[in-house]
Amino acid sequence: MKVTIDGITVDVEPGTSILNAARQIGGDIVPPAMCYYSKLEGSGGKCRTCLVKVSKGSEKDPRPMPKLVASCRTTVMDGMEVQNITSPEVIEARKGVVEMLLINHPLDCPVCDQAGECHLQDLGYEHGAAKTRYEFDRRTFEKIDIGDKIQLHMTRCILCYRCVFTADQITNTRLHGILNRGDHSEISTYIQKAVDNDFSGNVIDVCPVGALTDKTFRFKNRVWFTKPVEAHRDCDKCCGKVTLWYKGEDVIRVTGRKDVYGEVEEFICNTCRFDKKKTADWTIEGPRKVSHKSVISANHYETMKPLPVVKTNPLLQEANKEQFERETRL
Amino acid sequence: MGRKLLLQHINAPGINTLDGYRQTGGYAAVEKALKTLSPDDVVEEVKKSGLRGRGGAGFPTGMKWSFLAKPEGVPRYLVCNADESEPGTFKDRYLMTKIPHLLIEGMIVASYALGANTSYIYVRGEMMPQIRILEKAIAEAKNAGFLGKNILGTGYDLELYVQPGGGAYICGEETALLESLEGKRGNPRIKPPFPAIAGLYGCPTVVNNVESIAAVVPIINEGGDEYAKIGIGRSTGTKLISASGNINKPGVYEIELGVPVEEFIYSDEYCGGIANGKRLKAVVAGGSSVPILPANLILKTINNESRLMSYESLSDGGFATGSMMGSGGFIVFDEDQCIVRNTWNFARFYHHESCGQCSPCREGTGWMEKVLHRLEYGHGKMSDMDLLVDVSKKIEGNTICPLGDAAAWPVASAIRHFRDEFEWHVTNAAEATTRNYGLANYADPLPKVEKTEA
Repeated sequence: MKVTIDGITVDVEPGTSILNAARQIGGDIVPPAMCYYSKLEGSGGKCRTCLVKVSKGSEKDPRPMPKLVASCRTTVMDGMEVQNITSPEVIEARKGVVEMLLINHPLDCPVCDQAGECHLQDLGYEHGAAKTRYEFDRRTFEKIDIGDKIQLHMTRCILCYRCVFTADQITNTRLHGILNRGDHSEISTYIQKAVDNDFSGNVIDVCPVGALTDKTFRFKNRVWFTKPVEAHRDCDKCCGKVTLWYKGEDVIRVTGRKDVYGEVEEFICNTCRFDKKKTADWTIEGPRKVSHKSVISANHYETMKPLPVVKTNPLLQEANKEQFERETRL
Repeated sequence: MGRKLLLQHINAPGINTLDGYRQTGGYAAVEKALKTLSPDDVVEEVKKSGLRGRGGAGFPTGMKWSFLAKPEGVPRYLVCNADESEPGTFKDRYLMTKIPHLLIEGMIVASYALGANTSYIYVRGEMMPQIRILEKAIAEAKNAGFLGKNILGTGYDLELYVQPGGGAYICGEETALLESLEGKRGNPRIKPPFPAIAGLYGCPTVVNNVESIAAVVPIINEGGDEYAKIGIGRSTGTKLISASGNINKPGVYEIELGVPVEEFIYSDEYCGGIANGKRLKAVVAGGSSVPILPANLILKTINNESRLMSYESLSDGGFATGSMMGSGGFIVFDEDQCIVRNTWNFARFYHHESCGQCSPCREGTGWMEKVLHRLEYGHGKMSDMDLLVDVSKKIEGNTICPLGDAAAWPVASAIRHFRDEFEWHVTNAAEATTRNYGLANYADPLPKVEKTEA
């Protein structure tokens, strides 16, 4: 099946969503997605950031779709033509959605552990306005404790439902869900239960914002001062393939390996995530490749493209690499 | 005097019981359909009648039925949407309270047409008395052999269940209704797939409004062609209108589609004019979610033709100068009513009823409500009107279900037509808390010049 997105044609399997077709092309034309998660069945369609315009329905029925559609939940038809960043209407609608997502967000990025790897931060940076038009108190919630491993900050939540799908599909018991309705909806456990089972930690990885964060990493460090390293171990519960986040010689956080869209390649268990925080527990594979656009790569690694005015110094790079390997091998 | 099809025998004694209903010719449609017509014939009759969905969208019912997928070995369902919660609409409740058997008869015929052996009536949770009435009526019908196994010896089986909802407005949206019926949180589903392909429990399902299903009975009794003769153009048949507000005789009226709005408001047969000798200021023609219109635009279209109570005429002029038929919740405002306060009230309702699933509606409805609250209580700014229009535009069309549109339209239309009044609330903030803006120029004859220039 052929689909054309912003003038670029790509061949895809029948049943592919517009978003995944765009991801096959890659680059700027990929719509942002806050709630869709390719590994979770039924996710998507809620945040409305991935809205696109279908200017030609298909080869058979060339009528355009009357409304903007959520690209993550719309399957492509043969000959479909989609406009994403080439349509002013889409850009305008997306700007509106980002504004809506931010009006009740606390914007406490300076104290939020997710800062630096937060999708809402990126989205706001790319599509948001510098000033808000919202002049009312932001909504707040009563704080609830959901256990000793996971921290819930409900005020930051954008209600993407990803963690609910994760608990449904990855773990065997779902203890949390969405309570209430409208802008009072909240992620909560019914009558203060702790969210605790072998794979519950994955809700941290799927959360696009800082609503669910790792309590063992809480306030330890800003993410851009840490060094991500790929590592694995033999685990009887999960694949054991993780990213270790080093601060000096200490592993201060363990997460799943996230791809360029922030989706983990494979879900990991709580033992790997919370209990194995020594270098000796892991087999190091090497530094993690981080997009040079990301703030996380602000400090290091050969993947970072230096500014054009700075000449590359292969000798120095080599020396740095050696030093890094020496230090991380231990 | 217009023809009455649904409420013809409303005052017959004992019409709420099976015997009383039978005496007025009740269940003739079941006997006619099951004994003499094939399911496809029934669908064909409904198609011929031109019946359009009475729940709000006005989609042709016969066409909706013919879209139903019919895979082998998979059950099909008919669900009656009795989750009537639109502010200003109370026709279904009236119908279910007074003539429950009409709905049940319609359900039997419609289920037969669709080949459904299990059908549900999803009733809003607040309507507990109506649920009791329906359950009693179903028991009566079952004893008389109109429900259950082998109905009237024709070999057709049907079980009919009443399901109370939790009382959420959003569960009136068909996919949210199905979710709720399945026992889940009432969040609207993402379409496609449409319920006609995968609805209740993943099976093909048709969801129809109470009035649409009840209207099947006269269609079968009299024939689709006869039914199509009533009404005007593509708006065929009769429609129940819930008239409320500042009128002399509020209540449920059955009208032949095509009655002039002016006649409907002022004639003694219907609303009987504005109460207390006041003047008409504005009308919400089809329930809270349709655009509000000032007096001059509701009585005449922009081309100075008389506006009629029909799907086409009410929406004449699009969103700029028209409104919609909606579910028939006809709310009349006299000169003493404050449009700002009313708009705030509607916005508060949608804020409260948003399911919170998709972001524009979840956040935007609350935002609009807060701005309107500020305007109503004299803390508004001149920029608020543009802000509201902009926010409503960002919600409209960008949400999963039509609740976002329903929340955006009344706000956008109120500002479009009553901007003076909103501005007066900002400039005369102190005065606005003690008195109303009044009629101003909202009933003036329409200017003709603008139109010819364009």
